[in-house]
This record gives sequence, C-alpha cells and structure tokens, in this order.
Amino acid sequence: MAKITFIDSQGTARTVEGEAGSTVMETAIKNGVPEIEAECGGACACSTCHVYIDEQWRAQVGDPSPMEEDMLDFAFEVKENSRLSCQIKVSDELDGLVVTTPSRQA
Amino acid sequence: MSEPVKTDVVIIGAGPIGLFAVFELGLLDMKCHLVDILDKIGGQCAELYPEKPIYDIPGIPMTSAQGLVDSLMEQIKPFNPQFHLNEMVESVEKIGDPLFRVKTDQGKVFEAKVVVIAAGGGSFQPKRPPIAGIEAYEGKSVFYSVRKMEAFRGKRVLIVGGGDSALDWTLNLAPIAKHLTLLHRRSEFRAAPDSVNKMMALVGEGKIDFVMGQVTSLAGSDGQVSKAIGKGTDGSAFEIHCDAVLPFFGLTMKLGPVANWGFELKDNELIPVETSAFETSVPGIFAIGDINWYPGKLKLILSGFHEGALMAQKAHRYVYPDKRLVFQYTTSSTSLQKKLGVAPEKPQPARAVAAS
Repeated sequence: MAKITFIDSQGTARTVEGEAGSTVMETAIKNGVPEIEAECGGACACSTCHVYIDEQWRAQVGDPSPMEEDMLDFAFEVKENSRLSCQIKVSDELDGLVVTTPSRQA
Repeated sequence: MSEPVKTDVVIIGAGPIGLFAVFELGLLDMKCHLVDILDKIGGQCAELYPEKPIYDIPGIPMTSAQGLVDSLMEQIKPFNPQFHLNEMVESVEKIGDPLFRVKTDQGKVFEAKVVVIAAGGGSFQPKRPPIAGIEAYEGKSVFYSVRKMEAFRGKRVLIVGGGDSALDWTLNLAPIAKHLTLLHRRSEFRAAPDSVNKMMALVGEGKIDFVMGQVTSLAGSDGQVSKAIGKGTDGSAFEIHCDAVLPFFGLTMKLGPVANWGFELKDNELIPVETSAFETSVPGIFAIGDINWYPGKLKLILSGFHEGALMAQKAHRYVYPDKRLVFQYTTSSTSLQKKLGVAPEKPQPARAVAAS
C-alpha cells in the first residue's frame, strides 16, 4: 500500500491509499478523485488522466515512455513533469507520492 | 435532397455492437446500412486501442480490439451490410408507423423501418484546445479540419500538433499559404517518418517555420484571429501572427446530434431504454451498447451483444408485421444455416452413431 496525494487545480488535496500493482489512475478513479477522466480506461490511448508529478517525486516516478509521450501530445498545458497516471504503477517506493491534476483533461 | 436509400434498418455506429446487431438482424432477414463518422469500421476498438487486449468476450480468452472487429466482420459477411463511413447522422425524423427518415451531414438520406442507435460514447470529434475564447474563432479562422485547401491560399497559417494530420496539412498547405508555421511541444513527432523528413527539409530551406511550444491564447476580433500567443518549450514567450489556425489534437467522443433527437437523456449523455427489447421512448428506435441506460446497465461489449439479440426480435415485428417469428438456433436450424451459407447438404444427426 502507498499513500498518494492528489491536489486538484483549485488546490484541494486528497490523500488516498493505492494498492501496489495497480496504477495511479485506477487509484484515483476507485476513490472518486476529481479531474481524472481516463476516457480510454487505462489503455494509454487518450490523454485524459494527465497529472503533474511533484518535483520531489519526479526522479522516483521516472520519465514517460515514447508511447506515453505521443499521447501527451493530445493533452493540454503539458509541462516537464507531465505524466499519464495510467502509466504509473503504484509501489511501496511511491508511498507519499504527490501529484497535481490540471484544470482540464480534454 | 438525394434519392433516399430504402432499407430495413439503419444502424448508427459501426463499433462492435453495431456490427453484431447486423448478425442478429440478418438471421431474421433484415438488411442493414451502417453510418459512422470515423473513416474506418470498428468504433473505439479500431480508433482508440486497436492493439489492446480484450479478455472478457465469452468463449474468447484473449483477442485484440482490432482482432474482435475483424472477427465480427467475418461473422456478418453473409449479410452483406452496407457501410457509410466519414458520415454523421444529423437527424432522425419519424415519417410513418414506424418509418424513419435518417439524414447525414453529407446529404445522404435513408428511409428505414427501424433505427438502431449503437453510437457508443457518441461521435468522434476533434478536440478543442483549452484556449479561452477559441469558440469565437471556430469556423471563421480556427479550423479542426481542412475541407478546401484553396481557402488557405495567400494566408498566414499556423498549424498546431505533431501527428499525421498536422504534418500532412503542413506539407499540403506549405505551397499554398503565404506563410506557414508548425507549432509542436517537442522535437519528436508521432507521424510517418517520411512526412517528418519532408517537413524538416522545408524548414531547412526556409520555406516554413517550426516552433516548439504551446499556444496559450489567441488575439483578434469578430472571429478573425490576428495572432497566437504562446509559451516556448524553453519557457520563452512568443507571438505568431496568423490569419488561420489549425489545431490537431486528436479526437474525443461527444454525444453530438443525438442530443437533439428528443430523447430525455440520462445524465445528459445516455439514452434510456426498456429492457425487453432495448427500445427507446420512440417505438422503432432502439439504443444498444454504451450509449443506452437502464437499471443495472454495464458498459461491456458482451452486454451490447445481448441487447442486440433482443432488439432484433422486436425489430422483426416492425419490418415484417405479418410474419410469425419462430425462435431458432444456428446450431440446428437449416434455414438459419442457409442464411449463413453453412447449411450441410444432408441433415446432421446431433451425435454420430458408431459403426458396429
């Protein structure tokens, strides 16, 4: 289990428990975290689970794969720390992870 | 208005549920025309995730989304469905009891006794970038597709995106436009390498500009854009003077014209149906698959298949009001097997008797 904090675009933080092996997107959906749409259901086929990774966690979370980079082209306000949350697996190492959601997914 | 295409059933949407509906309707002798806004058959399965695996189709432990579409196409081949791709149904009008006139945005007209809405999450439409006030420019100086290239002759054009659409239109419009800028957030493209090379060559020759960054706002008046304001990938601010902007950010699903057909929608996006035939509040119009709603609804492909089977039984009553429908199995019915083109020449006993 890992605690993951989602900060929405208005600044409200929600901390939820993520199960190791599931994805950050699934953790958000399961817990009703707003501003994550995941239109394609986690197939890395849309860009509606876009999050910004907290600077302190960027190294631990890592960079997007080339395929994920391609999908990020469809996202808006893409930044250096942008990731698609369906492509981040929850693990004990990510306990305490903080991500921010953008104001719009699509 | 063009001469109407007369048919038994018009199916709106050529995704897996629309395709399997052809099978169930076909077994009951109903002919189908399918209309889909995409340029290909298969709906989300083909457009969004063709390579992705699907594990919950009964009897098929694993297939890919495209594989499922291909199998369905093979399965419905005997019924010779007619496809109308790149077309969106704009209106469904009741003109008989039941008889419907269905019109597409390309001016095609159908007359059908039954309409089946199998439109999934709605129609795929271009994504609108989150630029404040962009709506005011749409259709006047901001376009999400190119219908006539000549409209851009002598203009300063800004193309935004890094996929095939962005690259193709960059190459096509470069000789026509007065000036062309391609804007993309990074130096890698998800487009055919050949197109990327050609684009880079044009940049090298000074014929077009390539800028790395993202648009943050537009300036202009009365729908006519004058410049795009953005932020470079390196953090610098920039302005690009232009007469037309073409953003290519892929497709998203929108309910589209269905919203205006008079159904009282559930949550503004789903068509309520009853569950004995998945018929809407209008007799003769059915809704199956992800677009419908009823208590207990699950958005699963297998649910949509079931809905199609029950829909076909009721549709038969509208198409053949005088014919009695006898329920039959494909395993044993000679008449169904004839329709499928698999009828054996001699009746087959259920169990072979061992020769003694």
